[in-house]
Amino acid sequence: MTALIALLVRDMRLAIRVGGGAPIGVLFFLIVVTLTPFAIGPDLALLARIGPAILWLGALLASLLALDRLVAADLEDGSLDLILTAGVPLELAVAVKAVAHWLTTGLPLVVAAPLLGLLLNLDPAATGAVALTLLAGTPALTFIGLIGAAVTVTLRRGGLLLAILVLPLTIPVLIFGVAAANAAIVGPMPFATPFTILCGIALLSIVAGTFAAAAALRHAME
Amino acid sequence: MPLIDLANPTRFRTLADRILPWLGAATILAFALGLQQAYFAPNDYQQGATVKIMFLHVPSAWLSTMAWGVMSVAALGTLVWRHPLADVAAKSAAPLGAAFTLLCLITGSLWGRPMWGTYWVWDARLTSELVLFLMYLGVIALWHTIDDPGRAARAVAVLTLVGALDLPIIKFSVDWWNTLHQPASVFRVGGSTIDRSMLIPLLIMAIAFTLLFFTLHLAAMRNEIMRRRVRTLLMLRADAAGGH
Amino acid sequence: MVLGLDLGPHAAFIESAYAIAVVILAALIIWVVADHRRQARRLADLEAYGKGRRAEPDTGFSGKVESG
Repeated sequence: MTALIALLVRDMRLAIRVGGGAPIGVLFFLIVVTLTPFAIGPDLALLARIGPAILWLGALLASLLALDRLVAADLEDGSLDLILTAGVPLELAVAVKAVAHWLTTGLPLVVAAPLLGLLLNLDPAATGAVALTLLAGTPALTFIGLIGAAVTVTLRRGGLLLAILVLPLTIPVLIFGVAAANAAIVGPMPFATPFTILCGIALLSIVAGTFAAAAALRHAME
Repeated sequence: MPLIDLANPTRFRTLADRILPWLGAATILAFALGLQQAYFAPNDYQQGATVKIMFLHVPSAWLSTMAWGVMSVAALGTLVWRHPLADVAAKSAAPLGAAFTLLCLITGSLWGRPMWGTYWVWDARLTSELVLFLMYLGVIALWHTIDDPGRAARAVAVLTLVGALDLPIIKFSVDWWNTLHQPASVFRVGGSTIDRSMLIPLLIMAIAFTLLFFTLHLAAMRNEIMRRRVRTLLMLRADAAGGH
Repeated sequence: MVLGLDLGPHAAFIESAYAIAVVILAALIIWVVADHRRQARRLADLEAYGKGRRAEPDTGFSGKVESG
């Protein structure tokens, strides 16, 4: 257990550093949200209407950023082997790494979303809805992204390929995340329907992502 | 002949050489019959002759999904049994799947233009096919990006199985999303039930497409086996030249 | 009128659909056949070269010498 906690703390420390991906993730989120009005126009009514979608897309893309170094760096410098010799099952190790990634990259996006919602003229109820759906959805994005990271772990510059592989798999999360946010804002569908589906998908992603990533890493380490 | 015997490349090539002419002939016959049936099929009372595009579009759609199924079975072969033929089967199926998905998209678009007035609509089926196309392209990219064929096979296998798991979820989500945003009138392509006079050409064309897939797949597998043999010989030659 | 069949007002779309099917499927077939020729020629070259030196073992698919 202490090995896992040590791994969690280590990963979080690495991520928070300037080159680590956590601060860059939020910054990227901010930039994407800032860019959108330049493309769409400053019409506040329109921005408010598509605000949840913009926030979700920004969060999705920002989540992908730090992923490619999530496991590749550890494989390259041998840390992964060390983790295994500590007697930790690989599945738990990758899950802990994903949790660390979410805490340092995903959760800040959830916290940043309300502030960015201001830029998009979202009212407090809308902002709250988006933040809640992101809270449920960003773990799914992290764990699905983990699969892509594990599968491309041996590639030197696998970042873009990782995104290509992962993004189609995240479409259900995006669909239900935005739908839940919009349901809370305009209805008439109850928020609970898409939200529970989103939570279900998130739970499935956590399990499937953990096992798939561990399997892929095991094969890559042979 | 147990399956492991086919792992021997020479034996596989011999078998492929023997089977392929028959498969090819069967394919040609099936297409001849299918196209003839399609030619004489009646027009739809609502869509007119454009329903004949269905005889291309629907089999392509079936095959685009079936190819991923073939890749998934191959993926299990790679991960669980380490059968070398599985790697080859998976790699060969990917471009075929992508091609049939592309054909499905284009014929769907051409079918949609007279029906819905635009070349593209984000309806559930076409959108799911587009996502599937992107997934095929991603898999093909992965095959060509990882150098070692064995490692590539295992990475792709994991991704393929994850994709197989996710595809029903994606289809369900896209369907759900589509009904959410669907405008009032919906054209139900092909009508609610397909008349038997159109079902028979459809089934024969589906069989023809399937035979074509397996013909191409077997031939592509043979090519891949030859390609790996070439790679081996090249490495041995480089080894011999460099080592002394 | 294509092949003696009246395809109606949307004939161009039907013809285009079948044409693109022919193009894509033909491209697949050509790719498979051309690839076969290329690999066969390379193999013939390499095996002829190999016969001039000592014979190497049949190493199967991936280059590793399988022992069983």
